[in-house]
Amino acid sequence: MKVLKIATAGSVDDGKSTLIGRILYDTKSLTDDKLEAIEEKSRQRGFDYLDFSLATDGLVAEREQGITIDVAHIYFSTPSKSFIIADTPGHIEYTRNMVTGASTAQASIVLIDARNGVVEQTYRHFFINNLLRIKDVVIAVNKMDLVDFSEEKFNAIKGEIEYLASKSEYKGQNLTFIPLSALKGDNVVDKSDNMEWYKGETLMHHLERLEPEDINDVSQTRFPVQTVIRPKTEEYHDYRGYAGKIYGGDFAVGDEVAVLPSETKSKIKSINFFDKEYQVAKRGSSVSITLEDNVNVSRGDMLVKVAEKPTIAKQLEATICWMDKEPLQASQKYYIKHGVNDAQAKITQLKSIIKTDFSGVEENPSALVLNQIGDIQLKLSKPLAFDAYSKNKSNGSFILIDPKTNNTVGVGFIK
Amino acid sequence: MSQNTIQVDALESEAIFIFREVVAQFEKPVLLFSGGKDSITLVRLAQKAFYPAKIPFPLLHIDTGHNFPETIEFRDRLAKELGVELIVRNVQDNIDSGRVKEETGRYASRNMLQTETLLDAIEEFGFDACIGGARRDEEKARAKERIFSVRDDFGQWDEKNQRPEVFDMLNGKIDLGQNVRVFPISNWTELDVWSYIEQENIEIPSIYFAHKRKIFVRDGMIWSADDDVVFRDEEEEVVERMVRFRTVGDMSCTAAVLSDAVDIVKVVEEIRDSSISERGARIDDKRSEAAMEKRKQQGYF
Repeated sequence: MKVLKIATAGSVDDGKSTLIGRILYDTKSLTDDKLEAIEEKSRQRGFDYLDFSLATDGLVAEREQGITIDVAHIYFSTPSKSFIIADTPGHIEYTRNMVTGASTAQASIVLIDARNGVVEQTYRHFFINNLLRIKDVVIAVNKMDLVDFSEEKFNAIKGEIEYLASKSEYKGQNLTFIPLSALKGDNVVDKSDNMEWYKGETLMHHLERLEPEDINDVSQTRFPVQTVIRPKTEEYHDYRGYAGKIYGGDFAVGDEVAVLPSETKSKIKSINFFDKEYQVAKRGSSVSITLEDNVNVSRGDMLVKVAEKPTIAKQLEATICWMDKEPLQASQKYYIKHGVNDAQAKITQLKSIIKTDFSGVEENPSALVLNQIGDIQLKLSKPLAFDAYSKNKSNGSFILIDPKTNNTVGVGFIK
Repeated sequence: MSQNTIQVDALESEAIFIFREVVAQFEKPVLLFSGGKDSITLVRLAQKAFYPAKIPFPLLHIDTGHNFPETIEFRDRLAKELGVELIVRNVQDNIDSGRVKEETGRYASRNMLQTETLLDAIEEFGFDACIGGARRDEEKARAKERIFSVRDDFGQWDEKNQRPEVFDMLNGKIDLGQNVRVFPISNWTELDVWSYIEQENIEIPSIYFAHKRKIFVRDGMIWSADDDVVFRDEEEEVVERMVRFRTVGDMSCTAAVLSDAVDIVKVVEEIRDSSISERGARIDDKRSEAAMEKRKQQGYF
């Protein structure tokens, strides 16, 4: 069955968790025991409605404060599709968790409280959706019941977001606007009786229609080697299988390939998956590949078809989202993880901070602090084989790791 | 799709990718093997990830002493067939030496005591990565878990300060004394696991299928009365029913469900139609709303 990964984003109290709870409830995805637990807890807390956020806020601190701190992954299916929803936090200090949840999403829901309209966090969420190049974005204008289901309110918000979209660099995004009430259930799964002026689909109807999109590139072949399989048994005495997941394109036995970064050439001798051999392996597949020649291939190297080489360089430019309390500054050193490849990286230049309200950039800043997004230049300890993020998401992104703490401190999108 | 072309299913491909990252990034990984369907699925995925080489890490079973005998028999046979090293550490040893105290009473269970034995084993062997079969759909604290989840040397999970995990890049860098819990089937649902077992024709312990068993009912849950592990009041009546187990944990905390699903096809059908969640039959989660989160903070897997 097809799986659609969706990320949600919204400001504090916009009702994300409630919306997800409502979707689970209306699609009959909550099992009896879970529903009973929600009913009981809601009663205990003296609510006269079912508090659906209890279905997803999994941490004690989250339930105490009534907020979402970390990404929760929620799984449910309808007859036509399976869904994974990453319920991501709205608080500004948890923006990094939002990026975590949204990085693998094929679609995204941005929630806006109809009473408050577009707020600072909305800009940020919308910006990150554009930075990540998420193709389908739903602007869900929630709490319509609290603004008398006003069409004017809805249209005002729609106008503001459309204006932001006009300033975005990424033009391939499909925007859909839906007025709803997660708490009351209007336009979530069932069509609302309170907003006759709205002629569009309900949220679930829309999501059911979206085609899951492969984030791996269709055209260019990319096979990063994770590990070399050498059984050293009698039967497989000389077997050297290069194990990895295909980041782009399809590979076939007989293809002439280059091993990057050395650019040594060879031909694909066999493609193995478990105990069978195949002629062709499609993108996204974790397989093992053997080569005709006894060439030097190790972890971090990449196999590509000879005519489809990516950029091979010891420096790169990228947009980075900073995720650590310790700020990023020029001349600092980090580990870079690009796919399954590791190197050391030095920040040679912090060029600018990008304002997430699409109002421009701040040139030559001294530092990039937690949750800020900026453009940087990196020098690398060895050549990496990369693509622009706009060409191949998997081969065009990287993370930075602080050698002092081993924490993941930033995520980069290669230009 | 022609037989000549392979498109590995997204979930399977992701799990294999994770296994290979573990072996590339860690020095002493281990697979936590409970004999349950999730860890059996992990074993199959590990086999696929490294074929034709053998699985390049041992299996570790923390035996509560209250496991179903079918599970133990199955465990030993599987390890032998695959030629993989099997390490067993017993909760009983810690009870005998007085390091941990056994619970008493109606809901007494050794489930919590596993943590101490697990942490001891991690220290004894110097494991830096423990691969487990937890899934995010099981329980809401688990829904927050990363694929590489860093623990300190007390095994503690710092849930408010987890590393961001973006795209499929997995950061396995750790300090001395830390270790990582790895969850390759994080994104699988219970139905995905069962469908995979069916598709791959994977053998699982017989207690997963409907069988006749002496049981008693308490608080709406069905408990095995075949053995003396589960505490039973005198007045709790024992009857014989067709039941099966949906999860296979410690006998003292795993309730059965009434079922006539005698084979894998029927089990998959039953799961698809079920209105009770998988862990709805686990008394260890029912202790409080935060039961799982608390156990995880203390190093439970």
